[in-house]
Amino acid sequence: MNNLIILPILIPFVTAAILIFFHKKIRIQRWLSALSSIATIFVALVLVQKVHTDGIQSLNISSWDAPFGITLVSDMLSALLVLTTSVVAFVCLIYSFKSIGAEREKFYYYPVFNFLIVGVNGAFTTGDIFNLFVFFEVMLMSSYVLLVLGGTKIQLRESIKYLLVNVISSALFVITVAYLYSVVGTLNMAHISQRIAEIGQPGILSVIAVLFLIVFGLKGAIFPLYFWMPGSYYAPPAPVLALFGALLTKVGVYSITRTYTLFFYHDQGFTHELLQLLAIVSIIAGVIGAIAYWDMKKIIIYNIIVAVGVILYGVSVMNIDALTGSIFYLIHDMIIKAALFLLVGTIIAITGTSNLKKVSGLIKRYPGLGWTFFISALALAGIPPLSGFIGKLLIVQGGFEGSSYVGAGVVLMSSLLVLFSVMKIFINGFWGVHRAYENEDKAPVKWLLISPVILVILSALYGIGTEAILPYISQAAETLANPSIYIDAVLKE
Amino acid sequence: MEIVMAIVIGILFMTATYLMLSKSLLRIIVGTGLLSHGAHLLILTMGGLKRGAAPLLGEQGPYTDPLPQALILTAIVISFGVTAFFLVLAYRAYKELGTDNIEKMRGNRGNE
Repeated sequence: MNNLIILPILIPFVTAAILIFFHKKIRIQRWLSALSSIATIFVALVLVQKVHTDGIQSLNISSWDAPFGITLVSDMLSALLVLTTSVVAFVCLIYSFKSIGAEREKFYYYPVFNFLIVGVNGAFTTGDIFNLFVFFEVMLMSSYVLLVLGGTKIQLRESIKYLLVNVISSALFVITVAYLYSVVGTLNMAHISQRIAEIGQPGILSVIAVLFLIVFGLKGAIFPLYFWMPGSYYAPPAPVLALFGALLTKVGVYSITRTYTLFFYHDQGFTHELLQLLAIVSIIAGVIGAIAYWDMKKIIIYNIIVAVGVILYGVSVMNIDALTGSIFYLIHDMIIKAALFLLVGTIIAITGTSNLKKVSGLIKRYPGLGWTFFISALALAGIPPLSGFIGKLLIVQGGFEGSSYVGAGVVLMSSLLVLFSVMKIFINGFWGVHRAYENEDKAPVKWLLISPVILVILSALYGIGTEAILPYISQAAETLANPSIYIDAVLKE
Repeated sequence: MEIVMAIVIGILFMTATYLMLSKSLLRIIVGTGLLSHGAHLLILTMGGLKRGAAPLLGEQGPYTDPLPQALILTAIVISFGVTAFFLVLAYRAYKELGTDNIEKMRGNRGNE
């Protein structure tokens, strides 16, 4: 029992509830959100350290014992993801101060922002499959509001599609949980794992596994289910886009990782082969999109699909190296995608367009912006010593160990093409003749650069300090590879 | 009894799918409503349709399973909220875009 676990959910929740009452007072909104965000980071740090020294922490809400009540469980993976979420949320928040606009700030931007963090942190922390659905809904409900806030035509149009896709996938989620409940008769994730191990995963559970893959794949944007993403993520302003791109899809990826390592690991010949196939095709489809487009936002959005594919490929290989690599890459990707989206947002703030053909020569007036973009592009592709390298290295190593050569090859090739796609932005946007842009003097570039610079520094530290971070990541991977650690921690208190 | 319920749920899903494939936004919303109704009934059916006492200490067993009912309650509240939001969004979109035809809301500008 440890009440610390619930704080990363509770702090943003209380902040959001309080902020609703002061929605006209922008200054209070900003200060309170920033303070609560810093507090969440601090709590998450303490939590990571606590899990590192004392093992998995769990909390039975209202003291209902483990399989009966709702349990919150914080293993190393959850704790690390909660920490990363809090950091990304903080930088997106300070980016919003000067870019989101007073209109949105007055109409509940900050409360909804905080509710989104509640949903994301909750989804990472919960140990109950139905509670996961509830936190998904909290997160989705906030994301609907953030997506449509501002009410421009493109936002309204895209929100409808996003909402429809997610309503259908939520209904599928409920259906899947119902099937699972009828087979195993429990909702506690550790207990489900135990029961599935007892009956040895007959065919019906493999069907449920595939249903889960569809549900979470829709949120996490894997191949054939990513169709909604390029359109919907194109609509909102940069900080919201960064938040969505860095966090929302990763919740889907986390859920697939959790269910496929904790529940459905008995029939890997079927379920994990399928996951692997979809992951590889996602990488290829994402790379094609990233190369084909001449729109900066679209290029980075398609890069999300590539990253999701790479992470899930590591999960599908299911050996300790690949899992470690996946977790490394997952955290790296959350940081660097947020940085790239915020940088693209800054470019758009200066130039007023996201079309690469209408932008050039930015490096003459904005060298800082240019070099930050360059470094984050290198980090995204995985050039050592930046953060993408070690994750990909471990994933590829795990792939070769698991003698899945095609997948490892695709991951390696994709790095090259990902590098090409972001370098396209750099070469076309920053080199060449300097042009005059109408918004140039209004854009608060210095302020907007703070957030991406923080993230890029974090990414570099994450890469250089691999040796120091590795024990934490290995601990997370160990829990994934060996579900009995998780089960024992939850059920035997 | 479970068979009858399964058929009812199947009809709900079928109708929902038909409605969601139509072009009018309002029909799509009705479709999502039916889809979630079907999902809720499915939870109840999957929990097993048993007769029994209320699951309270002191009652004579066998008890009914309270969990599916708790789940449905939660799911109903959520789908209620989402449907309300969807309706308001559809109204705003109709005012702003001047159409409720989903075909006309395509946003593909191609790759300029």
